[in-house]
Amino acid sequence: MLGKLTLEAIPLHQPIPLIAGAVVVAIVLGVIAWIVLAGHLPYLWREWITSVDHKRVGVMYCLLALVMLIRGFSDAILMRSQHAFAYRAAGYLPPEHYDQIFSAHGVIMIFFGAMPFMIGLMNFAVPLQLGVRDVAFPTLNSVSFWLTASGALLVNASLVVGEFARTGWWPAPPLSEMTYSPGVGVDYYLWAIQISGVGTLMTGINFVTTILKMRAPGMSYLRMPMFCWTALAASLLIVAAFPILTATLAMLSLDRYLGFHFFTDSHGGNSMMFMNLFWAWGHPEVYILALPAYGVFSEVISTFSGKPLFAYRSMVLATMSICLLSFTVWLHHFFTMGPGGDVNGVFAITSMIIAVPTGVKIFDWLFTMYGGRVRLTSAMLWSLGFMVTFVVGGATGVLLAIPPADFVLHNSMFLVAHFHNVMVSAVLFAAFAGYTYWFPKAFGFRLDEWWGKAAFWFGITGFVIVFGAFYWLGLLGMTRRMQHYDVADWRPWILVSAFGIVVMIAGVACTIIQLVVSIRRREELRDVTGDPWDGRSLEWATASPPPVFNFAALPEVHGEEAYWAIKSRAREQLRLREEPDYAPIEMPLNSATGFICAFFATLIGFAMIWYIWWLAAAGLVGAFLTFVVFAWRDTVEYEIPASEVAKVNRANRTTRLEALQGIGQRRAA
Amino acid sequence: MSATASPGSVTAFRGDPNHLGHGRDGRGESRATGRGTGGPSPKRIVVAYGFWIFILSDIVMFASFFASYAVLQGGVSDGPTGPQIFDLTNTALETGLLLLSSFACGMASLALGARRMLYFQVAMAVTFCLGAGFVALEVMEFADLIARGIGPSRSAFLSSFFTLVGCHGLHVTVGLLWLLTMMAQVLTKGFRSDIVRRTLCFALFWHALDIVWVGVFSIVYLMGSIT
Repeated sequence: MLGKLTLEAIPLHQPIPLIAGAVVVAIVLGVIAWIVLAGHLPYLWREWITSVDHKRVGVMYCLLALVMLIRGFSDAILMRSQHAFAYRAAGYLPPEHYDQIFSAHGVIMIFFGAMPFMIGLMNFAVPLQLGVRDVAFPTLNSVSFWLTASGALLVNASLVVGEFARTGWWPAPPLSEMTYSPGVGVDYYLWAIQISGVGTLMTGINFVTTILKMRAPGMSYLRMPMFCWTALAASLLIVAAFPILTATLAMLSLDRYLGFHFFTDSHGGNSMMFMNLFWAWGHPEVYILALPAYGVFSEVISTFSGKPLFAYRSMVLATMSICLLSFTVWLHHFFTMGPGGDVNGVFAITSMIIAVPTGVKIFDWLFTMYGGRVRLTSAMLWSLGFMVTFVVGGATGVLLAIPPADFVLHNSMFLVAHFHNVMVSAVLFAAFAGYTYWFPKAFGFRLDEWWGKAAFWFGITGFVIVFGAFYWLGLLGMTRRMQHYDVADWRPWILVSAFGIVVMIAGVACTIIQLVVSIRRREELRDVTGDPWDGRSLEWATASPPPVFNFAALPEVHGEEAYWAIKSRAREQLRLREEPDYAPIEMPLNSATGFICAFFATLIGFAMIWYIWWLAAAGLVGAFLTFVVFAWRDTVEYEIPASEVAKVNRANRTTRLEALQGIGQRRAA
Repeated sequence: MSATASPGSVTAFRGDPNHLGHGRDGRGESRATGRGTGGPSPKRIVVAYGFWIFILSDIVMFASFFASYAVLQGGVSDGPTGPQIFDLTNTALETGLLLLSSFACGMASLALGARRMLYFQVAMAVTFCLGAGFVALEVMEFADLIARGIGPSRSAFLSSFFTLVGCHGLHVTVGLLWLLTMMAQVLTKGFRSDIVRRTLCFALFWHALDIVWVGVFSIVYLMGSIT
């Protein structure tokens, strides 16, 4: 009836996961109880859970990502503290638990922290920047989000029910095969990633279609803001790369569930094929994360330097080159696994070539700042911090791309330092830059700058200390994924990295305090005009927060930096654009399809993990029926009357006009 | 200072020309010039375009299974090789059924364009029968192999064979389910524009499966039988 699921699955004899799980469950139940008791449930259901508005979906993605980043960071704290204690001792985390922690850390940070954050920012900003009302397929977008949330839920469920994979974040066979990983850990990994992977693929399809087919009149490709270009490149990579991951994980599932022999050691299976297939997805995945991050930095640096992006076209070319080249370098993830000198040589060269367009971008950002009026806001600080630290990460990457060096450094702490150096400084810094930059657009008030800057300084200092120490540890010969060690030389640097994590904790605390303080001081931080940063692209042309329809009339675009042109004219003439003719607007109706689908997907995943076949079948039927019910709807849109559109737009015009008059008075004085 | 923008007029309902970027009810035509400067495309274009992107992603997935088949083709272990188990007559029958079903599906699309309910339902029913025949033949082939002890867990070659061919079969099965749903929808709701778009997406899917089958047929069965 319940497959492999018994009471044994709950780790009653392991205090740490039990306590951690109990705390998480208590917090979640507490939040749910508060929502229900305070009567917020109808609001939450109506305005968020069933919303298909790209802005709401984007905010929910970012919220999920923030929670998961903290969850993944708590794993990092556990690993650093384990190492602090585990010198010639066992430490406090037994090996089988430590292995789950480093696996969960990687999976959560990549799939449920970094990806949802970048996709969330894309969701929020891209349709606004393109000057349209929503993405191409709004309900599908909500389905994507809820499937991602379903995957995150499954990974976290493994904390309390059963166990997580002990294989590392890529489940390399034969270790991940049934012979060596008989538990449910790898199955949790497989189903969580498959379910969220479907969501990610749908997002990719949605954004390719949106960016290529739905732009404001006049917005040709070479007038799109840089973030839209990077979102397009990342979405193309998702469409081309995620199906490979789906297929690869399906093969591993067949090996585990039905005794197939794709990657086994016997019966003609080939475990190296897993490495090739996995990294054929895995390296593009790096750029699925990094390209939107580059887009965020491009927007932030241009805005806060008060200048157009330097050499916009070279940036577009660099982005699309990376998009192509990212498929040509996968083999550098296993130089040491026997491809031979010639093959290694080819992939070493391609790996170095891909650094060139990235270098172009760095110079473009530098020249964007050159001669500009740089405002050192916290979003800009994150971007500057990125440029400094990312160059180091890129340089160590080029070093690792040299096969002889890689033979010395592979799987050492040097490698761990390298990929954290690039991923944290690109993706995480961009996440915080984008979060600070678009927060006022989403909620109508800015985040507190003082706490934001404190978060930046603690964050970057801790980050440099932790991973600086890691580089050195790698050069001292420490390999990754060690549960304990007894080399005296490593000890001081391990303690340095433990100190670094304490500094990072202070940074995380500042981020949380920043949010609380900003909400409390929201009246002082209010953004009345909708253009708090003196922005240049179309998202700043509408109110903060934007109305559900984004724009009363779709803006006409006549060049690059569409909003800057409109604003410059308004400032010269001290008057706003002509008011548009208001017409009723039709928007897609809310739909619970995404939420219900994800509910059934979670059931299917959980049932498959525990071999509860009837439940999996029931979940499939439920998911199919949900789609049929959705397809059977007769009304799919509702109409916002022209008078309402006019009211909303005139309110924003009034505040913008006041701001303009302020400029006029200052000019007169 | 002159801050007087001429007040905009609140017009009576005349349809929002840019509702979600599409003309009303998705029937509007694109003003796009080809470089995307004409504003968002109509829903008809957007839906079909998105579905093409999905099909491309699906083909990437099939490509991974084809690649794994190519790699593992020699991994026969102690099991049989391809030429020993492939029955080309059966494959020819399957191919015939699938290609004919694609033709029937094309007829259904024509009936859809002409808004002819009876022709549409008949053509879809024929498509379903031919597709179901294909699936039945494939299930029989698989069942026969497994009964003879030549199942997917015998060798890596057989694993990749069953997965590649089975993945295509699974797609056809899902397609059949979708086909029945569309027949029921058109029957109960008529040729509503969103249902027509959805049916055309189904047709695209069905033809794409044909193309994938041509790959399976050539690479697995034909090339497998030569050696």
